[in-house]
Amino acid sequence: MALQDVSQDVGQPKVALFNDPKVRGWVYQVVLLVVIVYLVVVGVQNMFANLAAQNIASGFGFIGRNAGFAISQSLLEYNQAESSYGKVYIVGLLNTISIAFIGILLATVLGFLIGIARLSHNFIVRGVATVYVEIFRNIPLLLHIFIWYFGVLRLLPHPRNSGDLGWLGLLNNRGWFAPKPLPQELFFITAIAFIVGIVVTIFISRWSRQRQAKTGQQFPVFWTGMGLILGLPVLVFLVTGLPLEFDYPVAGGFRPSGGMTVIPEFIAMLLALSTYTAAFIAEIVRAGIMAVNKGQTEASHALGLRHGPTLRLVIIPQAMRVIIPPLTSQYLNLTKNSSLAVAIAYPDLVSVFAGTALNQTGQAVEILGMTMLTYLGLSLLTAAFMNWYNAKMALVER
Amino acid sequence: MKKRILSAIVGTAVLGFAAGTASAATLDDVKSKDSLQCGVSQGLPGFSNPDQDGNWSGLDVDFCRAVAAAIFGDASKVKFTPLSAKERFTALQSGDVDILSRNTTWTMSRDTALGLNFSVVNYYDGQGFMVRKDLGVNSALELSGASICTNTGTTTELNVADYFRANNMEYELVAFEKADEVVAAYDAGRCDVYTTDQSGLYAQRLKLTDPAAHVVLPEIISKEPLGPVVRQGDDQWLNIIKWTHFAMLNAEELGVTQANVDEMKNSDNPSIKRLLGTEGEFGGAIGLSNDWAYNVIKEIGNYGESFDRNVGPDTPLAISRGVNAQWNDGGLQYGPPIR
Repeated sequence: MALQDVSQDVGQPKVALFNDPKVRGWVYQVVLLVVIVYLVVVGVQNMFANLAAQNIASGFGFIGRNAGFAISQSLLEYNQAESSYGKVYIVGLLNTISIAFIGILLATVLGFLIGIARLSHNFIVRGVATVYVEIFRNIPLLLHIFIWYFGVLRLLPHPRNSGDLGWLGLLNNRGWFAPKPLPQELFFITAIAFIVGIVVTIFISRWSRQRQAKTGQQFPVFWTGMGLILGLPVLVFLVTGLPLEFDYPVAGGFRPSGGMTVIPEFIAMLLALSTYTAAFIAEIVRAGIMAVNKGQTEASHALGLRHGPTLRLVIIPQAMRVIIPPLTSQYLNLTKNSSLAVAIAYPDLVSVFAGTALNQTGQAVEILGMTMLTYLGLSLLTAAFMNWYNAKMALVER
Repeated sequence: MKKRILSAIVGTAVLGFAAGTASAATLDDVKSKDSLQCGVSQGLPGFSNPDQDGNWSGLDVDFCRAVAAAIFGDASKVKFTPLSAKERFTALQSGDVDILSRNTTWTMSRDTALGLNFSVVNYYDGQGFMVRKDLGVNSALELSGASICTNTGTTTELNVADYFRANNMEYELVAFEKADEVVAAYDAGRCDVYTTDQSGLYAQRLKLTDPAAHVVLPEIISKEPLGPVVRQGDDQWLNIIKWTHFAMLNAEELGVTQANVDEMKNSDNPSIKRLLGTEGEFGGAIGLSNDWAYNVIKEIGNYGESFDRNVGPDTPLAISRGVNAQWNDGGLQYGPPIR
């Protein structure tokens, strides 16, 4: 910057076009771009020419074709007789997203708890947290997955003597057969009450913040919010006459019928992914908290803030700025690691689409390309969200 | 500096493309490498299975060794690449292996859309079901509602789907990538049923904690002709693969064995003379030496010997010849004549 300012003061010296740094810069950029585009075009042409020369089918026509194989877990209606490879893709994608999303939530909660426990003044709590981190961080994830899977399978009973969890359904080595909620006619009023509760809480918290900034008076936002978000729907639910019934699973045959099933592969995968990633998140949280200078705590105490508000208003907002960027890459890791699910037959995107569908159609380039783009898209979306959150938490200089 | 990097990039790119286009004659590649790269399974007793020291054995392994013997006169010049069901075709297409001898089912779509050619059938198989004896199931038709373990990326997934649909039965499919994990999950009780090619069921049963507690159901729900696969567009290589198998079949039919092959060289039977290369120039026609078939039988033996050694009645698998017997014994194995 400074150099440019000086040159402007002196006035542009006359130089040959060839020696003008700006022109040269542009020329280099254009040449590089042309080379990259050329390489990509030649590479793609070469690929199609070779595929054609080797008589390997290409194109995306397979997406509409009937897949004809079964998938053990599907969030959508999936029918092996009619569903296409396109449907297989969507089913696999939803399975990947669901394991990644729930895994991220669990890993975050567990990671924050352990990270804070590692800073505890209690020797035993600190020790347990340290042992947890060292064990889970230093064993390969695939082994975690196998241990959870075969451990879970061996512990659970055969369907003929399923464990009875009472109103939670049945548990055996074919999965957790949970009661399926069947919303009745008036249930939508409860759902509306829930949404109303959330919206009103948001308004109240804004209003209370403004009022506190103006007058210093505080308002019990948390308890009001809990009452509105949880209490209101429950009240409406009772008043409208419990408009929700459950379809309970019934034991019998090879496996219980009715209800909804959570397959053991999902449970094992979720436990493995979240406990493994939680160890890394714990370290990130610990680093973030330790990065906040001790003087901040002392200053806060000197201002008369007690321990709780100090943590909530001084330490954590500053720690979050250190925590969020590495936390983002842990989220991305967890999403990508979910592709190891293929080892234990969890039907994620890699297993059903880049696995079975690839093998049935033989169109490796198209299917792997689609799968790669999908993971790229998922990761970019996660990163975009975390960057937005990071920008929100960033230090606002006044 | 920048220029040099740029020219290096362009140079490697051009060279890379040039190298990509020139690989047609597999036989020449194999000869210049001085070894045959053979794609096999990740461990299927009787077909392709490594022992504790990493030595491979099995019917499919024998076939690769036979091809090596035909080319080099030395059955040990083979390198094995264990491939999952999912990886196998890509590995062959990309040239990572020269031949895929990995209990692979011959189907029309695989033969036509993948740029591959199926050569011969070295084992006629069919898909079956295995269940625990204490389940009390006697027929596959009693399996409605069962959980079924199998491998991903195989024809078995589709066959199961067809069979259960045709018989109006429900099922849950649990598909693993590796056979060992299927066995472990079935053993741990995740599934009621294990399905794969029937030969595979007999082989994998040996890996269970208590093999005697499991029974293979009588139904065969599909045709599974298994055989070696090569890339399309190299007829010479395809011929070598085909005729190696046919030579082993003809040897069995003519009574030529690993033990008596040297005596048989002096036989007066013209069929044996043509087989062992003492008459005619059949080896040259497929780009090999004239004693190619002699080397195969000397090093590996005939088809019947290989079958008995790996999967036959005296092995733990105890599979009878059945449809894999010679044509004149009521089976389907039929070696076209060498003449």
